[in-house]
Amino acid sequence: MNTTKIFEALANEKNETDISRRDALNKTLKLGLKAAIAAIPLGLSSIMSNRAFAQTSTPGVVDILNYALTLEYLESEFYQMGLASSGLVPSSDMNIIAQISKHEDAHVILLKSTITSLQGTPVSKPNFDFTAGGTFADVFSNYQTFLALSNAFEDTGVRAYKGQAANLLADKAAGAVITAALDIHSVEARHASEIRRLRGFKGWITQSQANGLPAAIYAGEDNTMQGGKDVKTITSVSADAITEAFDEPLTMAQVLAIAGPFIKA
Amino acid sequence: MKETNDEGAVQKILTTQLNRKTFLKYSAIAGSTMAIGLEACHKDDNPSMSNGTVDVGSGDTGILNFAYALEQLEAAFYIQVNASMYSGATNEEKQILADIMNHEIAHRDFFKAALGSSAIMQLQVDFSKIDFTSRASVLATAKALEDTGVSAYNGAGQYITNGDYLTLAGKIVSVEARHAAAIRDLLNPKSASFAGDDVVDPTTGLDFSRTPNAGNPSIVATANTFLKTKISATKLP
Repeated sequence: MNTTKIFEALANEKNETDISRRDALNKTLKLGLKAAIAAIPLGLSSIMSNRAFAQTSTPGVVDILNYALTLEYLESEFYQMGLASSGLVPSSDMNIIAQISKHEDAHVILLKSTITSLQGTPVSKPNFDFTAGGTFADVFSNYQTFLALSNAFEDTGVRAYKGQAANLLADKAAGAVITAALDIHSVEARHASEIRRLRGFKGWITQSQANGLPAAIYAGEDNTMQGGKDVKTITSVSADAITEAFDEPLTMAQVLAIAGPFIKA
Repeated sequence: MKETNDEGAVQKILTTQLNRKTFLKYSAIAGSTMAIGLEACHKDDNPSMSNGTVDVGSGDTGILNFAYALEQLEAAFYIQVNASMYSGATNEEKQILADIMNHEIAHRDFFKAALGSSAIMQLQVDFSKIDFTSRASVLATAKALEDTGVSAYNGAGQYITNGDYLTLAGKIVSVEARHAAAIRDLLNPKSASFAGDDVVDPTTGLDFSRTPNAGNPSIVATANTFLKTKISATKLP
């Protein structure tokens, strides 16, 4: 039913009932990182190995858009498969899932055309495995698993776009691209809020609470230092509220470690 | 992450630019005299006041002050909402409206501290058009404020020159978008409205973005319908 159980099941499956859930998550994530590096689609792999993973230089606009495109491919196919799985999405939620699916499809088309217009070559769609090697075997038959992954992808997407905004700024020609990236970023945040609430959680992220999802998705969300100031010292509201009030970015490497288990090649 | 210097990064960058020349600017306003302390080198970047209207200034300082103005407005609105909650509010509605109030207060206080002596004054609000006893009036206003906030941050982003500020704006705008979706879902539960075609272009999947003065009514004009202390953004797009 809930994702905590999913990860407990994962641990049981591996006959590692003695290890804590945290260990299981860490293990999954380590596998994820390996898989991510091994499985990054052609074109994107050079970005990752030469630039983002090494973190020695700022990726260019086309590199960033291809990274975004890969994430949008993932989301787009995820919702298409969900909607195509008969009996998965209850009719009461169909309007919500269909609206999100529509946006992710549109993002794919928009990013491809933007990359082309910048004389870049859009990466091709990777093959996805939304069970992540069997971890989420019931993703398209158990709605709660589907929502949990949706939640994971949306919150990760928000953090991924946020992490690249300043890199886009480094490219003087990227003004329109920055606006488009921000306009996608806030749509992902609308999605995330809605899906989180469908799961029975707040629409915003308190501290680094992962609600049963891999901890890496929320790593650093408990930050209260903003612009060099500890916001706890300048406002009367609680630390929980402060962490809710500021969403935190993720680097390409962090995002790919999360997305990696879902990318086959 | 421990900051050894009392000055935050934003303020540090501002004062680094400003230390070369410090000056005080006095403005006489309609019968009363108001002193606004401004440290400035590029004095055009800084806010100014004339005829009772606060201009947010230009450049990154102007954009941050524009954001600060909107956050002041949002915080004041939700404080009033929570102080006189409409009858019949569900526990979920109370929780959401209390949470959002706290987030907007955090945003407001952050901008005030970050802008330091370059911050605009505390704005006086005018909520006479809002019926705080009415759920419909409160949630419709909340929806308008959140959607406006999202489009304002999205539209201003490309004019920010400092990457750290852009990331900060990004950290805040996604929270405003989370709010907008939740408020929209309270108004139209379980519908597509949380990211409805009226705010997210169904063809491109892009949220709205607007510069401060674009559109009719502009964001500045919309904000001014709720402000006794009027604002302008004459040096921003």
